[in-house]
Amino acid sequence: MASTAPLVVRASPLRRLQKELFGSRLDGLISIALLAALLAAALGFFRWALFQAQWAVLSANSTLFAVGRYPVEQQWRLWLLTTLLALATGLSWGLLRAFPGSGAVRALWPRNDRWAAAILGVLALWRPMALQLTLAIQARWWGIAGLLLLARWAAGRYGPAIPQAFRRLIPLLWPLLYLVGMVLISGGLGLVQVPPSEWGGLLLTVLMATFAILLCFPLGVLLALGRRSELPLLRWGSVIYIEFIRGAPLITLLFLGQNILGFLLPGGLAPDRVWRAAWVLTFFAAAYVAEAVRSGLVAVPAGQLEAARSLGLSVPLALVHVVLPQALRVALPATVGQFISLLQDTTLLSLIGLLDLLGTARTVMANPMFLGKNAEVYLVLAILFWSCCAALGLGSRALETRLNPHSPSAPQA
Amino acid sequence: MVQLHRFTAAVPLIASLALVGCASDGGGVQSQKMAAIKARGSLICGVDGKLPGFSFVSPDGSYSGLDVDICKATAAAVLSDPAKVTYRDLSATERFAALSSGEVDLLSRNTTMTLSRDAPGGNALAFAPTTFFDGQAVMVPATSGIRSLKDVAGKPICVETGTASELNLADRMRELNATYTPLKFQSGDQTYAAYLQGRCVAVTTDRSQLAAKRTGFPKPSEHILLPDVLSKEPLNPATVNADPAWADAVRWVVYSLIQAEEMGITAANIDAKVAEAKANKNLAQLRRFFGVEGDLGKQLGLPADFVVRTVKAVGNYGEVFERNVGTGSPLKLERGVNQQWRQGGLMYSPPFL
Amino acid sequence: MTSRSEVTPWWRNRRYLPWLVQGAVALVIGVVVAFLLTNLLLNLTARGLLLSWSWLGQPAGFDLAETILPFDASLPYWRAMLAGLVNTLRVVIAGLVGATVLGTLIGTASFSSNGLLRRLARVYVEVIRNIPLLLQLIFWYFVVFLALPNGRDALQLPGLVLAKSGLFLGSPELVDGVWQAPLRFTVEFGALLTGLVVYTAAFIAEVVRGGIASVPKGQWEAATSLGFPPLLTLRRIVLPQALRVIVPGLNSQYISLAKNSSLAVACGFTDLYSVSETTLNQTGRAIEVMLILLGSYLVIDLVISALMNGLNGLVQLRER
Repeated sequence: MASTAPLVVRASPLRRLQKELFGSRLDGLISIALLAALLAAALGFFRWALFQAQWAVLSANSTLFAVGRYPVEQQWRLWLLTTLLALATGLSWGLLRAFPGSGAVRALWPRNDRWAAAILGVLALWRPMALQLTLAIQARWWGIAGLLLLARWAAGRYGPAIPQAFRRLIPLLWPLLYLVGMVLISGGLGLVQVPPSEWGGLLLTVLMATFAILLCFPLGVLLALGRRSELPLLRWGSVIYIEFIRGAPLITLLFLGQNILGFLLPGGLAPDRVWRAAWVLTFFAAAYVAEAVRSGLVAVPAGQLEAARSLGLSVPLALVHVVLPQALRVALPATVGQFISLLQDTTLLSLIGLLDLLGTARTVMANPMFLGKNAEVYLVLAILFWSCCAALGLGSRALETRLNPHSPSAPQA
Repeated sequence: MVQLHRFTAAVPLIASLALVGCASDGGGVQSQKMAAIKARGSLICGVDGKLPGFSFVSPDGSYSGLDVDICKATAAAVLSDPAKVTYRDLSATERFAALSSGEVDLLSRNTTMTLSRDAPGGNALAFAPTTFFDGQAVMVPATSGIRSLKDVAGKPICVETGTASELNLADRMRELNATYTPLKFQSGDQTYAAYLQGRCVAVTTDRSQLAAKRTGFPKPSEHILLPDVLSKEPLNPATVNADPAWADAVRWVVYSLIQAEEMGITAANIDAKVAEAKANKNLAQLRRFFGVEGDLGKQLGLPADFVVRTVKAVGNYGEVFERNVGTGSPLKLERGVNQQWRQGGLMYSPPFL
Repeated sequence: MTSRSEVTPWWRNRRYLPWLVQGAVALVIGVVVAFLLTNLLLNLTARGLLLSWSWLGQPAGFDLAETILPFDASLPYWRAMLAGLVNTLRVVIAGLVGATVLGTLIGTASFSSNGLLRRLARVYVEVIRNIPLLLQLIFWYFVVFLALPNGRDALQLPGLVLAKSGLFLGSPELVDGVWQAPLRFTVEFGALLTGLVVYTAAFIAEVVRGGIASVPKGQWEAATSLGFPPLLTLRRIVLPQALRVIVPGLNSQYISLAKNSSLAVACGFTDLYSVSETTLNQTGRAIEVMLILLGSYLVIDLVISALMNGLNGLVQLRER
């Protein structure tokens, strides 16, 4: 996939606007034609969205879209998890602002944050109402959004007061939360088991994507190192694996996982088909991440490894402390690009009969009551996926500048 | 190099060890599948999941339908609890692979029994008795002016891929020497969506399925079924040839429902009937049927009173039919050939002897 | 017995260590593969499904909606799969051309002097590539193409008719409520092609943009100061240099387009994957069908890679 290039955003005063749009006669004509087309499209869209579209299909099925067939009496676990996630997000966000990267100015609420908070507030207030959820559920969303902002404020305000030794442990909150989340979702430790076949909708999509993203990364790094290894067996093994996976369409691999894995393992040993799909996604993405990481490894001069070795570091230590940090920084945009396509690829689960977001959408629309309401559902799904992917992309760019403010991929004029 | 050679030599050795290890657990007489189900504590049943009347998920997440009742009855017989079923929605294309790889224990998904699906050289399935005698039909919009299959010639027909309907349609159009455009979709949802959006002039599948889907259409009366019957479609639950003991158990679970109807045993009166059988030694047939006498159930590896459990769980075949697809249900299907043999239908259970 | 640490133990000896590591890896891989294969053999034998290819010669028994190679239900399975492969190739080739043209246009548009055009090009890229392709395909098919008018109400231009059943070129005529024409593309093909082109073009636009951006600004300025008009500068001076960066980037986009064409099942187009799925279902030959499927896509990828490497050689040769 193409590398994510930074989006150049500039303030545009009126005069600049005029110069950009009507610089020459040709430009003027193009601009007028484009403006007319845009206006017509926008009008058509708003007429449809306000007068023709029927959004009942979404509000009537909001639970299905959110969690699939997750048992109603166990859904409190998901609410708890969402609350915890909101708290952790607010905390991390605030701490990031409390300790900005080199060169950035410290402020409790920088401009971007005020925007983000405002958008979040509007979304949290308006979205549940637009979906016509019951007041109890609306109130929960409001509470969760409020908690997030509160945690953000508290962490930004009092973050610097936290002793440093303790602060270093805070990133560990996320893996811990992931484990807690898995227990909350699937049950165990005294909670009722909820089998994966009952997960669905957004829950399944997010779960699959995060699972695969978390696991494909280390696998991909290992494969990339294997491909660059001097040991022929490791090298060829990695090459064959990477090229085999990259040569096959994901749908065939998913199909393979669903229909052939049962033949490859002794009866009963094959995991549930949701997990099976998750592993296929992971192994699939690992090959692509490996290629992204390899491009980063190529960018690290050979002298770096040699210098580290001559200082007496063993090969694994030299790789971990010297080569990989540099390589991963270079590979970051490409790697996040792979994560974004992985998130998009979760929609393919609907083709093998799993009820992810798209799968749920297709089942809902099979209900003749909602027949012909395709556009409404697909539009909302598109916006949802777009926001998640765009957020990942933005996050990657922010991380990139934070890690290396003078990187060559910083915005160019 | 030395090490490497040693290791390459070790690989076949370990492979053969693994072979021996796996081969040794294959020779039991009892049903492995049934043992696995008991150990697991639940029956994994492959269903359609989107077909009203046969298997359908209601908004509260529970399954119901004729196919689902077979799963429940089997779970009742094996695990003594009709609720201990894990349902797995399967598409037409993935159902056989799911069954033969051991993914599901039982396939109860409006599956037509055919020779090639049954034969060891084909899909190698083991079919239980027919639970619904169906036939393939064609649905068209009433306004289309199409009144027989011949009128469909040259026009697009929507059909779900991987189904017997797809093959029957091809056969029948070949007989009629007519060209047509089969538009194939991977799922029933897409097939009906494309039909209702007017991409095809007709949609074809089993008559019962068409009737079921039509009930959900915005205007059911605007769609008619053509009189042509394209094929015989006996719908049967299926297991695999590899475990004949398990196939037998499922077969007799289905027969128990049919036999119960013939004997006038219902979910409501079964307790009374059992009490009657226990009290009266002369009711030999009933006593054997209920497992009060003899070891019919044991011979199948099931509890002696498995019939009592299945009928208590779902009722007899007639009750199952009426509740899910009969005139009292939204599908409003007549019993037709699915009547008991004494009433001139095809439902016939061999004796429980 | 009192050998001290100055003697390196043999397992840490530099000469053996690589082999030890490799041996361990080989052992693990070998055991896993042996385990999987044994199970496969056992399971297949138990179900009487041992590898065999004779079924490829048996009549398929199903029809296909649109094929270039003539096909009917009496022809064998291999002909069905071949027809599917040809359909895949058809959509891949058309898609490559379309995506390249559209992608290049959008990629160059982001260097336009017109600010609106430039921003729209960015918006296009950012919107399209952040929405899953499958979602887009389903949208094109069920929302856009199936909403086309049918029969008499179809969009008619001289020599061209666009209806719900497809695009008809030549001299289309309405026979018994169905459009007939010498050249015809179904809406399934149209939806798949549109989806693939629109999606891949966003990525190609990025590759093109990156390529053009890699040409030093001085090249533009020098050409302008020599009096070259902008379009000529682009064509004669910038693009030839940019191609050196663009061509390798295009390779992976082309391959992903080829692989993405397998999503045809979502919009009812009978490509290789769709035919394979049907075949698998009729025959139960899961392993064989998967092998054919994976092999075919691998060959398509390799052919694209080989062609692009050839093209790359041509482009790079001009460097002095």
